[in-house]
Amino acid sequence: MSKEWPLWEIFIRGQHGLSHRHVGSLHAPDAEMALKNARDVYTRRNEGVSIWVVESNKITAFDPDAAEHNFAAPKSKVYRHPTFFDIPEDVGAM
Amino acid sequence: MDPLVTFCLRMGDTTLILGQQTAAWCGHAPVLEEDIAFANMGLDLIGQTQLWYELASEAEGKGRTPDDLAFFRTERQFLNAQLVERPNVDFAHALMRQYLFDAWHLPMQEALCESGHDGIRELAQKSVKEVRYHIDRSRDLIVRLGDGSDESRAKMQAALDALWPYAADLMATDEVEATLSEQGVLPDLDRVRRAFEAETTATLDRATLAVPENGHARTGGRTGIHTETMGYILAEMQSIPRTYPDARW
Repeated sequence: MSKEWPLWEIFIRGQHGLSHRHVGSLHAPDAEMALKNARDVYTRRNEGVSIWVVESNKITAFDPDAAEHNFAAPKSKVYRHPTFFDIPEDVGAM
Repeated sequence: MDPLVTFCLRMGDTTLILGQQTAAWCGHAPVLEEDIAFANMGLDLIGQTQLWYELASEAEGKGRTPDDLAFFRTERQFLNAQLVERPNVDFAHALMRQYLFDAWHLPMQEALCESGHDGIRELAQKSVKEVRYHIDRSRDLIVRLGDGSDESRAKMQAALDALWPYAADLMATDEVEATLSEQGVLPDLDRVRRAFEAETTATLDRATLAVPENGHARTGGRTGIHTETMGYILAEMQSIPRTYPDARW
């Protein structure tokens, strides 16, 4: 068994209404300690109102080597951005 | 000395010396996360010291600043509880000292939230939030390490055996507190002792740690009587301001 504590990914909500954002990672023996450590490591300058912790190995990610076939196709399809419409003045900021 | 000044110094000196002892772990705690947590707590305590010293200075009216009080008093003039001057030894000692302090500090701050003195009540209402987090953290670690491996349990028990006799000094009172209670500045402090007993009985039981039964209790810090470690702490803490008394950032 490894003596190293598992790694946790830390997500912090900066203000009510915003979504949680990934801010970094840290080591902790379990989720409760990961939360306490995250509070001390990542919110000491009043950065957040909520913290999520997720054990790093619970995150499933695409293989970076497969980026070519996963992400290349839309690159040539700029028309999928809704940027080709004229917005009337009185609609205001979108 | 005015009892109000004495009381504010008893509180502020206790948070200052513990903050100084806690700060000594910066860069030395067992893991990075704990290092940051400990340093944060030390800074909270030094922030609270500043508030107590401002109250003391205001009540005294002699124009002594918080820096004067921290750096230009001698050992016999410091009124901190002896518990907080006990040495860092190892992380078990530092944690146990912190936990025993927190187990007193939280009910004390909660009681002071009802003080008849505006300054003390406002200080307590601000500090109590920090103190609630401190004990959340220290209580959790006491239980984890007490009820942990054979090695961690042995270290926590050794720390408890060494430090328990000094917990009495946190709750030592004399005519200073009695006078302030009569004036309505301090609420009933007996409930702080009862809360300390309930908290430590429940937590040490969960941590499978046993309170020493020899009945030893050490007091005296509140009247300026200190243990052999105190002079060294002050020497380190005060050396720069005493060498360069007018130095400014």
